Amino acid sequence: MNAFAGSIDRPNSYIGRSVSRPNAKRLLEGRGRYVTDLVLPRMLHAAFVRSPYAHGKIVSIDIEEAKALSGVRAVFTGEDLASICAPWTGTLEHFSNMKSPPQVPLPLGKVTWSGQPVVLIVADSRAIAEDAAELVIVDIEELPALADPVEAMSAAAMSQELADNICFATKLDSGGVEEAFDAADTTVEQSFVFGRHTAVTLEPRAIVADYDPSENRLTAHHATQTPYQFQDVYSRHYGIPEANVRVIAPDIGGSFGMKLHVYHEEMAVVGASIRLGRPIKYVADRMESFVSDIHARDHRITGRLALDRDGRITAMDVDDLTAIGAFSSYPRTSAVEGNQVIRLMGAPYDFSSYRANLSVVFQNKVQTSQYRAVGHPIACAVTECLVDAAARELGLDPFEIRERNLIPDSSYPRTSPTGYQFEKLSHQVCLARLKSIMNYDALRAEQADQRQKGILRGIGIALFVEITNPSPAFYGVGGARISAQDGAILKLTPSGEVHCSISVTEQGQGTETIIGQIVADQLGIDREKVRVMTGDTDTTPHGGATWACRGAGIGGETALQAARKLKANLLAVAGLILQAQPGELDIRADWIVEAVTGQQRVRLSEVARIAFFRSDTLPPETQAQLSVVHHYAPQGYPFAFTNGAQGCLVEVDAETGFVKILKHWVVEDCGRIINPLLVDEQVRGGVVQGLGAAFFEECLYNEEGQLTNGSLADYLVPMACEMPDIEISHVETPTRDTELGAKGCGEAGTAAASAAAMNAVNDALVGHGAVLTQIPMTPTRILRALGTI
Amino acid sequence: MKARAFDYMRPKCVQEALEAFVSADGDASYIAGGQSLVPALALRLQAPGLLIDIARLDELRGLSLAGGHLRIGATTRHCEILGSNLVREHAPLLAKAAPFVAHPAIRNKGTFGGSLALADPASEFPAMALALDAIIEIASVEGSRRVGAGDFFIDLYETALQPGEIVTAVYVPLATAKTRTAFDELARRRGDYAIVGAGIDAQMQGGFVERMRIAFLSVGSTPVRVRAVEAALTGRQLTPEAIRQAQDVLGTELDPVGDEHTPPEMRRHLARVLLGRLLGRLEASR
Repeated sequence: MNAFAGSIDRPNSYIGRSVSRPNAKRLLEGRGRYVTDLVLPRMLHAAFVRSPYAHGKIVSIDIEEAKALSGVRAVFTGEDLASICAPWTGTLEHFSNMKSPPQVPLPLGKVTWSGQPVVLIVADSRAIAEDAAELVIVDIEELPALADPVEAMSAAAMSQELADNICFATKLDSGGVEEAFDAADTTVEQSFVFGRHTAVTLEPRAIVADYDPSENRLTAHHATQTPYQFQDVYSRHYGIPEANVRVIAPDIGGSFGMKLHVYHEEMAVVGASIRLGRPIKYVADRMESFVSDIHARDHRITGRLALDRDGRITAMDVDDLTAIGAFSSYPRTSAVEGNQVIRLMGAPYDFSSYRANLSVVFQNKVQTSQYRAVGHPIACAVTECLVDAAARELGLDPFEIRERNLIPDSSYPRTSPTGYQFEKLSHQVCLARLKSIMNYDALRAEQADQRQKGILRGIGIALFVEITNPSPAFYGVGGARISAQDGAILKLTPSGEVHCSISVTEQGQGTETIIGQIVADQLGIDREKVRVMTGDTDTTPHGGATWACRGAGIGGETALQAARKLKANLLAVAGLILQAQPGELDIRADWIVEAVTGQQRVRLSEVARIAFFRSDTLPPETQAQLSVVHHYAPQGYPFAFTNGAQGCLVEVDAETGFVKILKHWVVEDCGRIINPLLVDEQVRGGVVQGLGAAFFEECLYNEEGQLTNGSLADYLVPMACEMPDIEISHVETPTRDTELGAKGCGEAGTAAASAAAMNAVNDALVGHGAVLTQIPMTPTRILRALGTI
Repeated sequence: MKARAFDYMRPKCVQEALEAFVSADGDASYIAGGQSLVPALALRLQAPGLLIDIARLDELRGLSLAGGHLRIGATTRHCEILGSNLVREHAPLLAKAAPFVAHPAIRNKGTFGGSLALADPASEFPAMALALDAIIEIASVEGSRRVGAGDFFIDLYETALQPGEIVTAVYVPLATAKTRTAFDELARRRGDYAIVGAGIDAQMQGGFVERMRIAFLSVGSTPVRVRAVEAALTGRQLTPEAIRQAQDVLGTELDPVGDEHTPPEMRRHLARVLLGRLLGRLEASR
């Protein structure tokens, strides 16, 4: 396996090289084509009237004045679209007893969160549609809102379809937990609160739905990560044959998991286009994004660790109460986050007794669902804060306690007490590397010096395990029509270039770049001669697309195997032309060469010319196969787990509660690195999102279930000025499940950044009687913890 | 979101602008930098029938010395304040506050007069106008009048401006050899509206405070002068003891409001910390 390791030394070897993105210049020049740029003939524009209440009964809706406004083409309410759209329910079969109320595009009789779209207006322009929205009179009788997760556990069911407010509950118990706690020399317990946050993509959600009744054909230009999933959703819920639905995801301005869920607005706009037979555009504005994009996290967790006198962890016990919206999102559900939280707890450490209790409860708030590093930062923060608390209790250095407890690098494969199978991780190497790049001992000495001067610096570290390359075990087994395989089509052009259309998608992270690198590398041609196309269900094979860190590991392997297949075909033709054995030939730098000597025999473009235009010169019966299609589904381990370690240095102003993040370090192991530059970008971006969660980002709700900070003035995204330098180091442990050996890296940064930051702040506050166990760690919370206010 | 439909005009002089407002029966807004008005239009928080664009009127421009004052034309942009030697020399407090005003893109468009006319209590320049005891020149169809900053800020987004009036210029008393100034603010992110901010303009002689004005931003419905604190410090040296006493007086004088991120007690505490820090470094700074 990993046969091409060392291929970096060959000409046209691109795997492992920091090459720039072919699409960066186009996007920087403003030549990107996003959904909002699209203008179609006869296109109309959509705007929504939204519920001002978190929970309420719709008494009446008066649309007459809005309908009469010049330029308004149609006004839709619940029944208008429910009558043509099959409802959807966000449950997965492998989450037993999970429940959620059915959803329709626009509500029938009841609103369940503030900001829920109630009326859809379609007009000649967005401005006119908004004018009309002001004329709609929606009379809603306000009902008590479920806005507190603890109350939701016992309160009367908010949904009449359900018996209670519990969407999903599960327990894990490996056995031996009580005994271990009874026998422990040291136990630590902490209660944590993790707020809600949201993705805040540069490009908001957007769709142009274009239904053509003459062919019963729907084309959706949709800002999404997962065009195939939406092809399936639109087909099944609107009763259009799947082959008649085309979903095109053009340039996408960030996604982070937010753009792969089914939203009421998009479903309503598709329905309206079917009703009107005209293209309709909807682009969420920022205020709408805050009240309709998925939110994430929202956990209240109590965690306990038991340790022996040597500081070895013997057991962990966790209770997670996590709150979602008024329903579970579709089709991936809102329970995966909590499920991954309880299964990733304690993942880096060598202990066998684990128990967890998970309750996922409904709220009258916007839906929550998968967002970058689903569950990871929560599991990591709880584990790593508890480990630091234990270290303080035992008088051990944070590195020391981890060194004593890590799963040894030599002991793989391993199965975690939560049931995850680890092929091979590198915690010991990563932890040692982290200590070295942080220059840890010098950092501690400097911290002590600064403390003499009254300056409170804190050093925090955190180890993480990341879930990547998911097999059908993720969604397929639960009945969701979400593919775990990917497909690619490689076509040789008559000029000797290669066109690759592949089912993994690009949202700005560089998917197309790495796919191009892999194809060029494997074919032995210049990267400039590989054109990669993604995001169109009509022109690419059906596949899983890009999420859960599967683009490089699964999409990359698909591209690799497809390229090898095409190469074999091309060498077969070249062998006929050169009267040589294909096995004795190779392709290097766009030439067919003698494999052993490297001697150039004929240009690839010449082989292409002959194959396409002078097939008469080839031996009879020759049918040159100049395009290949190839699919790859992950086999072997259900997931390719990765790991890494992070460090954070902060300075806390104990008078103001303000924290300055001075530096952040990441050591990560994503297996085979295809493009170090892009991996670094992924890690840095992920860290910034994690630090955003740690210090800034939080969707704040009041008791009535109203979001009180739904604007970019009040919801604080991390900005460059507040971000530290982020130093990155790589360890490579390729997976042996694939030829490529690549695992994911997109969630590594987010997974542990907030945990490292929490440990850093708490390290700074040692001796001040304050421990922060809630994020974001705002100045107010820090001063409250210190007892200043 | 999209603004409601409106008419737009670009008058050639202040007089024409004033008359246009009258002709519109008040259903009009002046626009200069547009950094607050345009978002308000997009959010449909405001929907005037007519926008009167005064951004390019020469009468409203320029930084110059005039009769013992620094004249700041109303449409002087924040970035011009930030880059001006005249401001640095004669109104150092403004120069110190200017880098804290929003972000470069906003400073490139937003205007000094517009900031005062809007009177956002969280903005830096209205509070600094108060600390500097600036004079605000106002034009209406009836003519021109001048109002001291102390009488200009009345309530939340409410000033001495009557409907249709335009701020034409602001006059700032010139700094002297005795002038000492300090500005700082505490914001979660650089460029955000601060949780609390303050500027001090003082005259000091031989280590003693002859006269001091202190104005806070983000602590109430208007920019706030803390006159009891000023009085407590006047005639004294800025010893740790004097500063502590000033902080105690501040605790009783300020009555800040809370918001979703910051309870009132946090704001009061931070104001106290900020005051102590500013007074601590005041004497050493011009």
